[in-house]
Amino acid sequence: MDNYAYIALFAVIGVAFSIFVMLLSWAIRPHRPSKVKLEPYECGEIPFGNAWRQFKVGYYIFALVFVIFDVEAIFIFPWAKELLNFKAKGLGVFAFAEMMIFIAILVVGLIYAWRKGVLKWD
Amino acid sequence: MQITLTGIIRLVFERLHIPANWVAPTVMLVASVIVLFFILFVVLYLIYGLRKIMGWIQARIGPNRVGPYGLAQTIADALKLLAKEDIMPAMADKWPFIIAPIIVFVPAYMVYLVIPFGKGGSWVAQDLSIGVLYISAILSIPIIGIITAGWASNNKWSLLGSFRAAAQLVSYEVPLALAMIPPVMLAGSMSLQGIVHAQQGVWFGIFPKWFLATQILGFAIYMMAALAESNLIPFDIMEAESELVAGFNTEYSGMKFALFFLAEFAGMFTVSAIAATLFLGGWLPIHPALSFIPPVFWFLGKTLVLIFVLMWIRSTLPRVRVDQLMSFGWKVLIPLALLNIVWTGAVVLFFPR
Amino acid sequence: MAIRTEEVQINMGPQHPSTHGVLRMILTIDGETVVDARPDIGFLHRGIEKLAEKRTYHQFVGLTDRLDYLSAMLGNAVYAMAVEKVASIEVPARAEYIRVIMMELNRISSHLVFVGAFGLDLGATTPFLYTFREREDIMDIFEAVCGARLTYSYIRPGGVARDMSTGLDQMIRAFLKKMPQRLQEIDELLTGNQIFLIRSRGIGVISAEDAVSYALSGPGLRGSGVALDVRKDDPYSVYPDLDFNVCTEDTCDCLGRYLVRTGEIRESLKIVEQALDALPEGEFTAKVPKVLKPPAGEAYARVESSRGDLGVYLISDGSASPYRLHWRGPSFINLAAVGQMVKGLKIADTVAVLGSLDIVLGEVDR
Repeated sequence: MDNYAYIALFAVIGVAFSIFVMLLSWAIRPHRPSKVKLEPYECGEIPFGNAWRQFKVGYYIFALVFVIFDVEAIFIFPWAKELLNFKAKGLGVFAFAEMMIFIAILVVGLIYAWRKGVLKWD
Repeated sequence: MQITLTGIIRLVFERLHIPANWVAPTVMLVASVIVLFFILFVVLYLIYGLRKIMGWIQARIGPNRVGPYGLAQTIADALKLLAKEDIMPAMADKWPFIIAPIIVFVPAYMVYLVIPFGKGGSWVAQDLSIGVLYISAILSIPIIGIITAGWASNNKWSLLGSFRAAAQLVSYEVPLALAMIPPVMLAGSMSLQGIVHAQQGVWFGIFPKWFLATQILGFAIYMMAALAESNLIPFDIMEAESELVAGFNTEYSGMKFALFFLAEFAGMFTVSAIAATLFLGGWLPIHPALSFIPPVFWFLGKTLVLIFVLMWIRSTLPRVRVDQLMSFGWKVLIPLALLNIVWTGAVVLFFPR
Repeated sequence: MAIRTEEVQINMGPQHPSTHGVLRMILTIDGETVVDARPDIGFLHRGIEKLAEKRTYHQFVGLTDRLDYLSAMLGNAVYAMAVEKVASIEVPARAEYIRVIMMELNRISSHLVFVGAFGLDLGATTPFLYTFREREDIMDIFEAVCGARLTYSYIRPGGVARDMSTGLDQMIRAFLKKMPQRLQEIDELLTGNQIFLIRSRGIGVISAEDAVSYALSGPGLRGSGVALDVRKDDPYSVYPDLDFNVCTEDTCDCLGRYLVRTGEIRESLKIVEQALDALPEGEFTAKVPKVLKPPAGEAYARVESSRGDLGVYLISDGSASPYRLHWRGPSFINLAAVGQMVKGLKIADTVAVLGSLDIVLGEVDR
């Protein structure tokens, strides 16, 4: 349990440090806002309206494919760790073949996405 | 007797009659603060190093005014950023705008929890048994912060930058994770110390048994993904100075900008340190005969060499375009990374160690 | 179900790292794709054409530096040629040769800036520093010859401001000797780079017909395969006596325009060498009165500047200052094509296309 308490401690220290430096800088920095200064930067011109639009994002399908692949990667991790153990138990080829099937399915999925033109940014 | 942090604190607590069950939490606290200061120090001198190395590559001098050889330049820069007015656009989304740098910085710091700087438990804050998985999990958190930053700024350049960042980091997360799997397979362990230990020994009395020997492809994939993850040219499309002004941190100034900067350079050290650990034997010496040099120097030396390579690439190459970057990641790196796993599986099964 | 998206308008410039000065591009983007691009100019307008009407002919020389400030010698030269035409001044042979040497050196320096800046637009930081190091040598030569490093005012009506100082010959020859190897260095760093090639090949295509109908000139036109060069087609000065080629590329893209310019650097080196060898003795300037009052009339002079067909149209009413002066800046005319060239490309390509046209805002806005 201590292991994971450590992660929490790191997170807390990290956040505390960030807040500390921000407060420190808040305490010593000047603060002289003006209307022009607080305008969003658009290369020195008055911006064309708000940036919060229904912007076309070319990558949302990448994000979906990413979710699949990242989850798959997490499935591979435990297998990767245990592969030597399987080999020691004489199950090496069996475990290897199983993972090959898994990766083959992944690759088929990748090829499918590729052929569908999903992996093209536009 | 070896002097360790735990030993020192236990001794002090005994003298001061503080109960012994306070020792462990205090050690943790002190260790994390040490790591924090280590990061600050490393980042200060990585920035200096980058500027000096780029100066050297580009036939100019680099910083040389503040302190001897300009060594205090980045300290001066940090102090300037600390005392600089912090401008938040009037139309920005206030709280996300403030929180975004924290979301980006904290994971960059948390990764250091598992990085083994040297031999044994006293050179790593906490050697988690799922170290590699922890790294790949933590490294994907900053994306959220970057998207938050771009969105909260209410600035179109920032927004474009953060969209690009999301696409890029997400896409290169996969090859990065897939490239970290083969060392796990070869070592049979996800703990970073375990992986380093598995690389001990030499072949034919001369070649170190580093995983690089069978993982040249994996190492190359990892380094390319690492370039993208640490946002360096040729993959720095999320900042892309000549295209998007400064990308997602266009609107940031003062200390908030400094946190982004800190996270970026801390990340550069992280990815190099992980590469050194997974592929180059971490703190192991090149040859056992050289083990009189302390492990921590081996580790830092290998990491710095890799950082130098990253900086070298950064100052040599032009930048790829966003669609080229994506198709390279998905159509080249990911298939190769999968292939590399298959190859490594064959190595594990059919070659005796 | 299709997701509804909006096109967004965004200002690129005037304060943007890669609009090469204070150009404002109004981009309409759909995601990363540029749907429409409209250049908006005038941020650097100083009214130089109007200023000419209130200056004497000699006073105006200083302002010709400030149009295309990266190749000020060529600006000086075209103005001087127009004045000489309208006032019928005969330029001594030595002055003509010195002019050609200086103009070609200036063309090299301007193209070097282009190579560096184009690399920088594509994200390569190092070539910029290297080309500026090379350019520094040319700056030193110019400093030796006229004392200025950017705004020379060296080529004046009648000839040049002063004779080439002793030792300058060696200085230029040393530069000529060093340059081919330096160019190869840049080639290795940039031209042979795979990322550079995929970023510039097939980007910003403009066909020869379109290029002609947009009246493009200079490397922008020659990059589309049209071998039009004022030095060959409407010869001036001593160019007919010099041997050089007109570089063209058929690719019509950013890479083509880049290769034309790097080729022209090599051609200019050849020209400078020939002109140095043939440099005659004699006067460096004709006798020109302090207050020049040319007879009423008009003249049009054109030179091939680093950016294209640079022309000056000058009307004299017999007084001490021009009645009207018009500056045909090639940057201004080349810029008109950018909207068509970037349509359908990505934002990153806009930067590359704009960089490949190599505009100078001083000349666009005048």
